[in-house]
Amino acid sequence: MSEKVTLTIDGREIRAAAGGKLLWAALDNGIYIPNLCAVRERVRPAASCRLCFVEVEGSAAPVTACTQPVKDGLVVRTRSERVDRLVRSAFELLLSDHRLQCRECPANRSCGLQKIARERGLKLRLTRLKPLPKEAAIDESAAAFSFDRSRCVLCGRCIWVDREVAKVGAIGFTRRGLERTVTTFEDETLAESICNECGLCVHACPVGALYFKQPE
Amino acid sequence: MFSVPLPLASGEREEILKIVGDILKNHAANRENLIPILQQVQAKLGYLPGPAMEKIAAASGVPAVDLYGLATFYNQFRLHPPGKHRVNVCMGTACYMAGGRIALDSFERRLKIKEGETTPDRNFSLERVACVGCCTMAPVVVVDDKVEGRVTPTRVDGILLECGASNGAAGEAPAAENTPAGREQAEGAQRS
Repeated sequence: MSEKVTLTIDGREIRAAAGGKLLWAALDNGIYIPNLCAVRERVRPAASCRLCFVEVEGSAAPVTACTQPVKDGLVVRTRSERVDRLVRSAFELLLSDHRLQCRECPANRSCGLQKIARERGLKLRLTRLKPLPKEAAIDESAAAFSFDRSRCVLCGRCIWVDREVAKVGAIGFTRRGLERTVTTFEDETLAESICNECGLCVHACPVGALYFKQPE
Repeated sequence: MFSVPLPLASGEREEILKIVGDILKNHAANRENLIPILQQVQAKLGYLPGPAMEKIAAASGVPAVDLYGLATFYNQFRLHPPGKHRVNVCMGTACYMAGGRIALDSFERRLKIKEGETTPDRNFSLERVACVGCCTMAPVVVVDDKVEGRVTPTRVDGILLECGASNGAAGEAPAAENTPAGREQAEGAQRS
């Protein structure tokens, strides 16, 4: 991957490895683009959080930076009225079923949502939408960590590491719509499931849904 | 939040695994075929029991939780066995507006199960359907093949009583006798 391409992001000229995705080229060069579900090694990005929208010259509508390949001569703007609207809406939708009690959350100060709110000047509360809290018991069956679904943003990063790094396959997405959730086979607790409690998913979680019982 | 699968009776698991094994013989067990395989299993068994999904997972190399994900994503798949009496509550627009939700809630409370579930004695299963085509009678409930119109919570009690009564009149055991599990659980319930 020695071949390099030159592109422009927010007026800055950037050189990046050909074949890579725009999101990582920007982040590697200190240009922030909000993201929650992105995993650098992932071949087919989930593109499910809808937070990494950017304007690409020549595209009619904003595109997700995590799926946009870098190309020679690409001209990108990370902010525009349209981008900000999309990101604000996606962010508020994520917050609408996220338990917003940051002070009680183990991810307080290291949370992906807090980072996005800070970087983009978004509010960590609902202004237009009604809260729709998820009712679910916290799974505390694993020895070292717990899973609180009421904080889950369904980014799928835990599932990706479970499959591709840990090679276990204990957790996955189940159900549909508002009931969409991350569970084990037949909704067993983590201890009952084939989970080997390696803890990689806890590190992958951008919010406080999966967290270690003892702070690290 | 989560519904718990009904326990299987002795011998039921073996029967399930044999049927699934036969279906798997006719398919390449790859990701593309998972839905047709699940459909055939459900056509044979009436639902998708856990051991069936686990066997398909093992044969295809797909994590079992993904089979569970498929089975919970599509409305056509059932995770509970059909009951002896199948209660279908219409949630079409007319029935919904006329109080179909109230009828469904009443069944859920009376039977102590949620929509999509089956009572532990396997006597009743409860489902929602989208329009049965007789909106003038809204809210409509279809019990087995009998259409009930203008169903109120009081009528829900009546429907359940009639189902129970017809059991007694025919001199049958109060619990479902269509499965060994039903029989065992019914006996257990009577003892306790």
